Amino acid sequence: MAELSATTPKTEDRPSALREFWFYFSENRGAVIGLYVFMAFVICAAFAPLLAPYDPTEQFRDHILQPPAWQEGGSWAFPLGTDPLGRDMLSRLIMGSRYSFFVGIVVVCVAVTGGVIIGLLSGFAPKWVDTLIMRVMDIILSFPSLLLALVLVAILGPSLTNAMIAIAIVFQPHYVRLTRASVLSERQKDYVTSARVAGAGKARLMFKTVLPNCLAPIIVQAALSFSTAILDAAALGFLGMGAQPPTPEWGTMLAEAREFILRAWWVVTFPGLAILVTVLAINLMGDGLRDALDPKLKRS
Amino acid sequence: MTAPIVQAIALARHYEVKGGLLSKSATVKALSGVDFAMQPGKTLAIVGESGCGKSTLARVVTMIEEPTSGTLSIDGVDITPSKWAQMRDTVQIVFQDPYGSLNPRQRIGQILQEPLIINRPDMSAADREARAREMIDLVGLRSEHYDRYPHMFSGGQRQRIAIARALMLNPKVLVLDEPVSALDVSIQSQILNLLVELQERLNLAYLFISHDLSVVKHFADDVIVMYLGRAVEHATKDQLFAAPRHPYSKALLSTTPRADPEARKERIKLEGELPSPMNIPKGCAFAQRCWLATDECRAAPPELSGEAHRVACLHPLD
Repeated sequence: MAELSATTPKTEDRPSALREFWFYFSENRGAVIGLYVFMAFVICAAFAPLLAPYDPTEQFRDHILQPPAWQEGGSWAFPLGTDPLGRDMLSRLIMGSRYSFFVGIVVVCVAVTGGVIIGLLSGFAPKWVDTLIMRVMDIILSFPSLLLALVLVAILGPSLTNAMIAIAIVFQPHYVRLTRASVLSERQKDYVTSARVAGAGKARLMFKTVLPNCLAPIIVQAALSFSTAILDAAALGFLGMGAQPPTPEWGTMLAEAREFILRAWWVVTFPGLAILVTVLAINLMGDGLRDALDPKLKRS
Repeated sequence: MTAPIVQAIALARHYEVKGGLLSKSATVKALSGVDFAMQPGKTLAIVGESGCGKSTLARVVTMIEEPTSGTLSIDGVDITPSKWAQMRDTVQIVFQDPYGSLNPRQRIGQILQEPLIINRPDMSAADREARAREMIDLVGLRSEHYDRYPHMFSGGQRQRIAIARALMLNPKVLVLDEPVSALDVSIQSQILNLLVELQERLNLAYLFISHDLSVVKHFADDVIVMYLGRAVEHATKDQLFAAPRHPYSKALLSTTPRADPEARKERIKLEGELPSPMNIPKGCAFAQRCWLATDECRAAPPELSGEAHRVACLHPLD
């Protein structure tokens, strides 16, 4: 076989993984738009103190409930108007992106990491461990999710951090079930057996052979729950169990402004729009991500 | 004759099937007492209908499953689960379905290198890549295939990749679990020719599992006919195809289509069903469907006997 190796020609350099990813991702226009919006959101969150014209908690008592600049009575000093305490809406929205982003990232990371590991274990574990894990997850799932989060926050004490922990725990079972279901179907396949014949140990089988084949639905679920996490954190804030005033968290802002909905449309519309646009962008991006990461959709 | 590379004595594999609330648990005797020896450079074919234990045998020999009883020795080593890891590079397997046997998330290069990464941790990345490229060449693929994903290949090409992966560790025994039955007829012959060529070149011993007798006729040196977990006939290919001695083998052979319209057709139609492997009859398992069966046959199972051409039947055909 020595002469064979001598004649093996080198193939042309393969495109880098990132460039290949981008090639497939960019075919989905919605995903690209989503990515741009998401990037704007990330930049907002990262440079919030530089971008915001005022301190988000500073109260301008002379400008209470001032409408946006383009409406009668508005001024360019407060482009999106002010809230009932005279705080600048734009500054609060920009600062609020930080909290939302933070909530989304932390909740998704905690829930995905925990859920995937528990799901993998349960898919590979002996039957009684699997049954135990799944019944515990069923119990968590049988509670209305917001109610469970509320109970957890009530036990832990109301704060944004505790709200995030509570939401992560509530989200966990979805990932566990999703991962376990894919693991069980993937495990049956011959490529897993052949990895075993090649001598792969349990850890390698779990994380290198099976896990990458289960990722597509998990990524989509992660993108979706990023937005759900933002919504749930907002709901908890609304009930006084999440971010505490005067934190400019979008959900808390919505809740605070609820009574002015008829008098001053901008105090509820802008935080709501911010949530809507962010959630939509993340969902679109999640879709494109799945398309790009799934080799079955690639062409040669 | 050289020393056998694989020696199996009374190899058996039983599965426990959990019963429901009211029924008792049962034992499925997928494989009960099979003996054989394999020689380097030779092909041993296992034939039989679905459910006769062919694939179980393949899984036991490949050390995916532990035999319930009996001994298996490979390359002079008695196999126990503690020896599995060290024997991985002696026996490898090619699966039936090339669409399920390659990890869709790995490029061909990674798939081929994986056995080396696991079993030869001190090998350098460059050496591994060189070896993988060499193997791609050896199985008749082109080197630009190295960076592609499995879904970009046809069934025949995938099977070549699966063969290449199996050969990465320089095994001495290759278990072929119906390697061509999922492929088109035109592709089948290409893969079979590749296998023959590789066998000559690398002096491999093949355990060839199949239900397709025309393929076996083309490919095998020795043949074991299995029925319900037992070997009923063990002979060289020429002996078996010229004069099958077990009634089941004869019936099986008579169903093989022949490309000769003039030939006299005497198809033996078997009556009845394969007995359940949970409830194997006391005597010869084939007695219920056999046209030669007597009360003696139903009393006790016949043992495989004879010298070169061994048959497990009380009324062997001549």
